[in-house]
Amino acid sequence: MGMTITEKILAVHSGKAKVSPGELIIAKVDIALGNDITAPMAIREFERTQVKNVFDRDRIILVPDHFTPNKDIASAEQSKILRDFARKYKITHYFEIGEVGIEHVLLPEQGIVLPGELIIGADSHTCTYGALGAFSTGVGSTDLAAAMVNGRAWFRVPETMKFVYTGKPRKWVGGKDLILYTIGQIGVDGALYRAMEFTGPALKYIDMAGRFSMANMAIEAGGKNGIFIPDDITEKYVKERATKKYVFYESDEDARYADVIKIKVGDIEPQIACPHLPENTKPVGDLKDVILDQVVIGSCTNGRIEDFRVAADIMKGQKVAKYLRCIIIPGSQKVYLEALEEGLIEIFIKAGAVVSAPTCGPCLGGHMGILAGGEKALATTNRNFVGRMGHPKSEVYLSGPAVAAASAVTGKISSPEEVLK
Amino acid sequence: MIYVGKVWKFGDDINTDAIIPARYLNSSDPLELAKHCMEDADPDFVKKISKGDIMIGGKNFGCGSSREHAPVSIKFAGISCVVAESFARIFFRNSFNMGLPIFDSLKAAREASTGDELEVDSETGKIKNLTTGKSYTAVPIPAFMQDLISAGGLMNYVVKKNEF
Repeated sequence: MGMTITEKILAVHSGKAKVSPGELIIAKVDIALGNDITAPMAIREFERTQVKNVFDRDRIILVPDHFTPNKDIASAEQSKILRDFARKYKITHYFEIGEVGIEHVLLPEQGIVLPGELIIGADSHTCTYGALGAFSTGVGSTDLAAAMVNGRAWFRVPETMKFVYTGKPRKWVGGKDLILYTIGQIGVDGALYRAMEFTGPALKYIDMAGRFSMANMAIEAGGKNGIFIPDDITEKYVKERATKKYVFYESDEDARYADVIKIKVGDIEPQIACPHLPENTKPVGDLKDVILDQVVIGSCTNGRIEDFRVAADIMKGQKVAKYLRCIIIPGSQKVYLEALEEGLIEIFIKAGAVVSAPTCGPCLGGHMGILAGGEKALATTNRNFVGRMGHPKSEVYLSGPAVAAASAVTGKISSPEEVLK
Repeated sequence: MIYVGKVWKFGDDINTDAIIPARYLNSSDPLELAKHCMEDADPDFVKKISKGDIMIGGKNFGCGSSREHAPVSIKFAGISCVVAESFARIFFRNSFNMGLPIFDSLKAAREASTGDELEVDSETGKIKNLTTGKSYTAVPIPAFMQDLISAGGLMNYVVKKNEF
């Protein structure tokens, strides 16, 4: 019996020839990540052990991205804990304001996370890096603390669910639409404890940005990790960024799958996830007259340059609807600069959108666009739980950047065709 | 350890934003987090509960973010343990790592109501609803994870077992 890509990476990192679903293993981690919300708790636990040093200062990544630039005194204190720790242990990859981006946009862009690696992050969307063909999963602060001590973590080897995407996506349908559609099919616990392996001929039409969006939202189906088999598209993205060696793994032909789900992408319209769960998906055409107060384009799901190109294509020469706030948040300084150089920022500002420094900000109801009671937002983010973007009586709809940009112009949930008539 | 407490029941897919809204995550002080436990689901929750009470959830309890602040806020609010139909995986591992006892039992969770008296034996996994008289057994906890619990959480385990 062969192994899946997930099993192979877990086996290599736990020093075993083979691992099987259900097995508990202790594995070496290549990268351990924390942010301004989760790392302070991990640092407190780390200091409590009184060990003298971190296991490897090059493999611990600290990214203050959630409430930064610091939104209040309490957040400033949290960020300071990261900064002081980074100074004390000479952490190589600590990102100060001016360098910092949204962690899951930043790390792949900087070549810090690579194919074949085992990555843990005290952030649930750490599963994003599976787009590179890495095993990458979200953990808690205590897991991060333990990994900072000895570079290891415990795992239960997950069963794998295989998703096979066939056909060719329609215009304006991207990775975000495919993953929203998939979550709509299987539900928010449809992949609970499982690896989600994304495969099939349709994926050659999905660029790295789209693949990051898909792997990013594996957690919204309960998945332990989302993973792609690396190909030419991966290679092209990685080779110009990597500063370390990397390995491409693929699943064996006789690997065992808990389930195989086939999805014809040609049938999929741009998708919307309605309040208050990511599984409440509908084709955009089914939603009439959902009047919006705010549109957010950005986040670890859709904060990459490709996302802003799509949005700018639609917003060029248009105006944001009266009484609607459109907030554009580039995922990193590099993305921001590229958007500036390509003229995208000018398009957004002339349309009446506001452009923010990179931050997770409103996605988790942190800052930079909090909703009042009764307000509705459409966001390219990943969660639409009750109160996620602010007031418990506000509502969040999720979409890809094309629908978000079109909706910012019309003031209600709209397909791009309605703007580009 | 035997926990006996009054049941507070919640539904399916209780997410970590419901357990502890992100607007309070600019603190990692357990007692501060405990003040806001379940606030958006029930603003008076922490006022109503007594120390040792038991929380019950439906399927996929604790889904969403990786914030360990969620099990921390539950534990420091005074809840002794959580029983659910199923747990989301990061919440599951966080609870073991930081020492909030949790029990996976579809029937015990489904058949209990708010106000029932529940008895949970953490060693045998036996759950008894003292109000209805029904008994259940939770999904067994793997040996490694029992070791984590007896060590008092992951960090104590790591420090004790240098070679982990």
